[in-house]
Amino acid sequence: MRTALLADIHANREALDAVLDAVAGLRVDRVVVLGDIVGYGPDPDYAVEKVAELVSHGAFCVKGNHDEAVLSGPAGMNDIAREAVAWTRTRLSAHHMEFLGTMPLEWRDGDDLFVHASALSPERWHYVGDAAAAADCLEATDATNVFCGHTHLPAIHYALPGRAPQPFTPRDGVATPLSPFRRHVVVVGSVGQPRDRNPAACLGLVDQEARTMTMLRIPYDHETTARKIDAAGLSPWLGMRLRIGR
Amino acid sequence: MKPHAGMTIDGFELIEQMPSGGMASLWRARHPAHDFPIVLKMPFFDPGAEVSVIISHEMEEMIMRHLSGPHVPRFLGSGDLARTPYVAMEFVEGRHLAALAREAPLAAEEIAGIGIEVGTALNAIHRQKVVHLDLKPENVILAERGAVLLDFGLATHADLPDLLGAETELPIGTPAYIAPEQILGERFDPASDIFALGCILYLLATGKEPFGHPSTVAGMKRRLYQAPAPPRARNATLPQWLDAVIMRCLELDRSKRYADAAQVAFDLRNPDQVALPRQQEAVSPGLLQGLAGLFRKTDERALVGSSSVPRREAGPSMVLVAVDLSSGPDPLAQEVLAETARVLACRPDSKLVCLTVLKTEIVSETPLADESGRSIYLKRLVALKDWARPLHLPDERISFHVLEGVSPADAILAFAARNDAGHIVIGARASSALRRHLGSVSAKVVAEARCSVSVVRLKAVEERAATPLPEPGNP
Repeated sequence: MRTALLADIHANREALDAVLDAVAGLRVDRVVVLGDIVGYGPDPDYAVEKVAELVSHGAFCVKGNHDEAVLSGPAGMNDIAREAVAWTRTRLSAHHMEFLGTMPLEWRDGDDLFVHASALSPERWHYVGDAAAAADCLEATDATNVFCGHTHLPAIHYALPGRAPQPFTPRDGVATPLSPFRRHVVVVGSVGQPRDRNPAACLGLVDQEARTMTMLRIPYDHETTARKIDAAGLSPWLGMRLRIGR
Repeated sequence: MKPHAGMTIDGFELIEQMPSGGMASLWRARHPAHDFPIVLKMPFFDPGAEVSVIISHEMEEMIMRHLSGPHVPRFLGSGDLARTPYVAMEFVEGRHLAALAREAPLAAEEIAGIGIEVGTALNAIHRQKVVHLDLKPENVILAERGAVLLDFGLATHADLPDLLGAETELPIGTPAYIAPEQILGERFDPASDIFALGCILYLLATGKEPFGHPSTVAGMKRRLYQAPAPPRARNATLPQWLDAVIMRCLELDRSKRYADAAQVAFDLRNPDQVALPRQQEAVSPGLLQGLAGLFRKTDERALVGSSSVPRREAGPSMVLVAVDLSSGPDPLAQEVLAETARVLACRPDSKLVCLTVLKTEIVSETPLADESGRSIYLKRLVALKDWARPLHLPDERISFHVLEGVSPADAILAFAARNDAGHIVIGARASSALRRHLGSVSAKVVAEARCSVSVVRLKAVEERAATPLPEPGNP
């Protein structure tokens, strides 16, 4: 079983198209979208329609905090995110909103749990940014492996019972082993707004048989996305960060 | 179930148990799909076993999957950790270095031969991004195909998580062979294996390990403050060049060790080219000074120098330049020199190997044995040294070789392959009818070399050759 993981698309049409092109060439058995389809980016309607199309073809999708903010208000967000949420709402139809409303907070498949932020109170959107947060995440579930996004920074946390998880930053494009007798929190990098100083879109690939996790990097035309962000009147920082991957 | 002879696990039939250490049991085994002897390594996963046993097994499996080539046992598979954990690999026939070491001190030629084999094997795993971190005689088999390194339970891979190192603050390694920076917790520097190689050569040369067998961290750390006695102090018959090679492997500061294992093997292969250190008066600190040192706070990280990893990534460590001096100094030779300087500049610890080939007409055993032959050889060597002089490289960074051969390209290629060259610089003469007919040396080297090649051309000469002036009288 090979699964493509798409996290934090953030209404970035160019990145999403480039990533889906790559997925088409990968012989994957399924696609899981790890939330934050919208927010920050200039093409929320396109992103929602594209993900809805994937779901109609058998993909699974969980809800992110930006998706939720569009539905029920941007509580706890900073000004730039808040402003982007307000703008996003003007661009989405009732039909789009309905699709976002149908997404669950988490999806469990056997030993694997898929969630946007953390298995610990998914609706509180905790960041799994260090070993302590990874430990809290694993503590909250009996799933062997948790796959999430939200931080926009690729990471794998390796855990043994009774010991602090060991964080590791996987090398781009390297099939990194998942241990058969450990638990893992895999944080997939972002499709539409990478923040690890590499502007290329991140696409997660899990190979359940080979027990490997690969963070593939897909370069895309971020200049076009940044121009659209400027044209839409969104914060200039949102375009700048796509250019520098921050 | 407890493993026993006759038992079959995933198709591997256990034949007999072999002697082993405290971490795992070793079983001779066979498998219908493989026509060579097999060994199964099964970790002791008793309740209450150290967690490091499990992690070390996990890491060895992970790393063996990523290794290939003649210098490691072939990896055949591994068992489900939840049911029967094991790593199955080829059983490598050969002489165990630990058995040979018991006969130390060995003769210098034999030590050099072993050092070349182990150095070549180390270079092969370092190229595959793996650092062994537990190199010792017990983990080396001298097989017909070269040295084979065993036991990757403490190793790291540059692209994979170091799950073992993350678990403990304590030094991980064998006290007699562990490198100073490894004692301080650094686990990704191939220079640590060069240090361990130095310890092995020291043992073979003297019959003793350079730092004994300390049993505490403080005992291990003594090597950060005290250099070992030179091997010649323990074995006066040891040649100076071998003493120099061993001591350079054992430098406390990593930037003063050999840049890589290929350079160690090169020096062991070419004793006459080993740079001997200038005699230094050993200054022993007075008692008062020694006491003061005890209370001075030392930054131990500064003592071991900077990691060799960025230097390794900056460029080739062994640069081989082939220069044609048969018609004396010429503009092409000057251009080859300039390109060589550029390739060397990217790495302060690279070594330059200068070659020139004496073309012989016939294959013969000793073509240059006579008086006139010697004089041609020496003349060429002098010319080669003169050519390289403007580079101002210290002795330990440069060596000179006059090769003989019917085909210069074959001589250069064989030398490059034997010495693990990382880059070749060679000049190309402008095309002539004769050259087109015979084929050029540089073209053959480019086609067959196993490393990158810079081909140097003189643009002005090439352009002149490409657009000949029109014949007089023609429009």
